Amino acid sequence: MAYPHAHPREVRLLSKYFGDEDAIGIEGWAERGGYVALEKALEMGPDEVTEVVKESGLRGRGGAGFPAGLKWSFMPKDGKRPNYLACNADESEPGTFKDREIMRWTPHQMIEGIIICSYAIRAQHAYIYIRGEMVDVVRVVNDAVVEAYRKGYLGENILGSGYDLELTVHLGAGAYIAGEETGLLSSLEGRRAEPKVKPPFPAQRGAFGMPTTVNNVETLAAVPHIVENGADWYRQWGTEKSPGTKLFSCCGHLQRPGNYEVSLDFNLKELVYDLCGGPPEGRQLRAVIPGGSSVPLMTVDEIDCDVSYEGIEAAGSLQGSGGLIAIDDSACLLRSIRKMVDFYAHESCGQCTNCREGTVWLANILRRIERGDGREEDLPLLLDVGANMAGRTICPLSDSAAVPVVSGIQKFEEEFVAHIKDGTCTAVR
Amino acid sequence: MSDGLHPAVVSAQPSQRDEKNPDAPLFEGEYQDRLEKILSRYPFKRAALLPVLNMAQQVRGWISPDTIKRVAEILELSPAYVRSVASFYTMFQLRPAGKYLIQVCTGIGCDLCGAEDVVEGLLKATGTRIGETSADGKYTVVEVECLAGCGFPTMVQINDRMYENVKAEDVEGLLKELD
Repeated sequence: MAYPHAHPREVRLLSKYFGDEDAIGIEGWAERGGYVALEKALEMGPDEVTEVVKESGLRGRGGAGFPAGLKWSFMPKDGKRPNYLACNADESEPGTFKDREIMRWTPHQMIEGIIICSYAIRAQHAYIYIRGEMVDVVRVVNDAVVEAYRKGYLGENILGSGYDLELTVHLGAGAYIAGEETGLLSSLEGRRAEPKVKPPFPAQRGAFGMPTTVNNVETLAAVPHIVENGADWYRQWGTEKSPGTKLFSCCGHLQRPGNYEVSLDFNLKELVYDLCGGPPEGRQLRAVIPGGSSVPLMTVDEIDCDVSYEGIEAAGSLQGSGGLIAIDDSACLLRSIRKMVDFYAHESCGQCTNCREGTVWLANILRRIERGDGREEDLPLLLDVGANMAGRTICPLSDSAAVPVVSGIQKFEEEFVAHIKDGTCTAVR
Repeated sequence: MSDGLHPAVVSAQPSQRDEKNPDAPLFEGEYQDRLEKILSRYPFKRAALLPVLNMAQQVRGWISPDTIKRVAEILELSPAYVRSVASFYTMFQLRPAGKYLIQVCTGIGCDLCGAEDVVEGLLKATGTRIGETSADGKYTVVEVECLAGCGFPTMVQINDRMYENVKAEDVEGLLKELD
C-alpha cells in the first residue's frame, strides 16, 4: 500500500515504510532490517556512537536545529548521577504532523533510536513524553515498547551486552508548552509545564534534577540509519550545514497535503508546487509558512530557495519543525494570523508578563481589526507589542506569537490596511 | 501483574472511555496494582502526578474535587498543588463532560480547510453550544488547538478515538456511528 501521495523525488529514509501495515510490529520491522543498527552500536563504545552522530551533522528536528551529536557530548560520563533521555513526542506545533506518522507506522524506528542514544549518553532510563491527544498513536507506541521488552531490546543486559535500559511511555495531558524542552522536563516531574531559565542546561540539570538529553522523535528515528551506514553516507544528502533528509508535513491549501521526506537541499518551491501539487484548481497561493506557525510567513516570491536550515533563513523565514502551511487567495490572511495568535494566547504558560499579556493583546487587536473596528494606530501598536515580546521571556513561545503578526505586517501590509481603512478583505471568495 | 499491563506503558493509557463511572473507587483492585507500577517508574512520588491523574480520569471520567483530594493524599502533595497542576492541562476534565466528549481541531491547518463548518454541524446536530453538555447527557462539543493531523483536516477526537478528514457532511454519520 502506497502512502498517500508518495512522490518519486522524495528520499525516503525515515518514511520508507509509511503506509506499510506489516512494518509496524517487531517481526515485520526486523525483516526490514530493524535493530541491526542497535547490534552494531552495542559493539561500539558509547563515545564512538556519539562521534558518528556528530560527524553526520544530524541536527535536531524539533525546530531548533541544534547538532544532535554535540548535544549528546555534553552529558557527563562519570556515572556519579543517573543520566536520562527524554524523547520529545509532544508534537504540537501547528502545521506539524511528522512525528505522529513516524510513531504510527514505524514505532520501532524511534525505539531503536532511543536505545542507541541512551547507550551513547549512558542513560539507564529513557522516557517517551508523548502527546496525550494522540490516542491512536499512543496505543501503537505502547505495543511496540512491550514488544521490544519481550525481545530483549529493552530491560536488563540488552542483547548480552551488559547494558541495561528501562523505557517508560509518559502521557502528556494537553499543553503545547510541554514541547519546549525545559517545559517538558517540568511536566515529567509532575509540575505545570513551565519552562525554566537556562543555564543550567538539561545536560547539567534536567529531568528530576539529573543530566538529561531531550531529542525529538524524528532526530532519534534518523539515528539507526546513521549508525548503520555511517556519517559519510548520511552526508550524501543535504548541504554542508544541513546534512541528510527531513520530513516536511504539508497542509493547508494544497492539492496533495501530507508528509514528504526530501534531501535538505531540495527546492522549497518545488516541494510546494511539484510534490504537493500547488493550490487547488483556479487558486493562487498567497503565503507559505515553511516551519510551523512559529516561523515568519513567506510570500510566494520568496520560496525559491532550498529547504536547508540556512537556505530558508536566507530567504526570510526558518525551517522550524518542517510544518509547511500553504495559504491561498481564498483565505482571509488576517483571520489566519489571528488564529495562530489565538493559539499562543491559549498556550502561554503565564510565567512571563510579556507573553501572558502580549499574546492576549495581539489577539484582541487582531480581532478588532478583523471585525472592521480597526484603528489607524493599530499597526504601529501591534508592532510595538510584538517588539516587547521578542527575546524578553524565559522561552521562545512569546517570540513565536509575535512572529506571524510582525512578518504578516511586513509582507502583507495591504491585507491589514484593507481591513482597517475600508473594512474589506483582500481574499478572493 | 493482575491486569497484564507492562509497567513501561501503565503511565500512557488513554483516559476518555465511553463508560464513565463518577463514583467508582479509585486505586483499588487492578488500579492499586497500576498505581504501584506507575510509582515504580519515577524517582519520586510527585513525578507520578500526571499519570495518576490520568488514571483517575480513566476510572471516573473526570477529575472531581474528591479525586484531587485522594490523589494529593496518595502522592503526599497538597490538594491545592494538585489542582494547580490539573488545571494547567487541557485534557484533565475538571467538570464532568457528556458521554461523548467531541473535540474538534480548529487550529490553523484545519481552520483553512473548513473546521468551522464541522463545529457548526456538530453543534446543530447535538443541539448544544460550545462546551455545553446536551440535555440527554450524551454529547459535549469543544474546540481544541492543533491535534497534529493538519494534513488530514478536519481532525476530530471523540473520547479515545481519532477521526481524520471529517467534513461538515460527515457529521451525522459520525454521531450515528457512536451509538
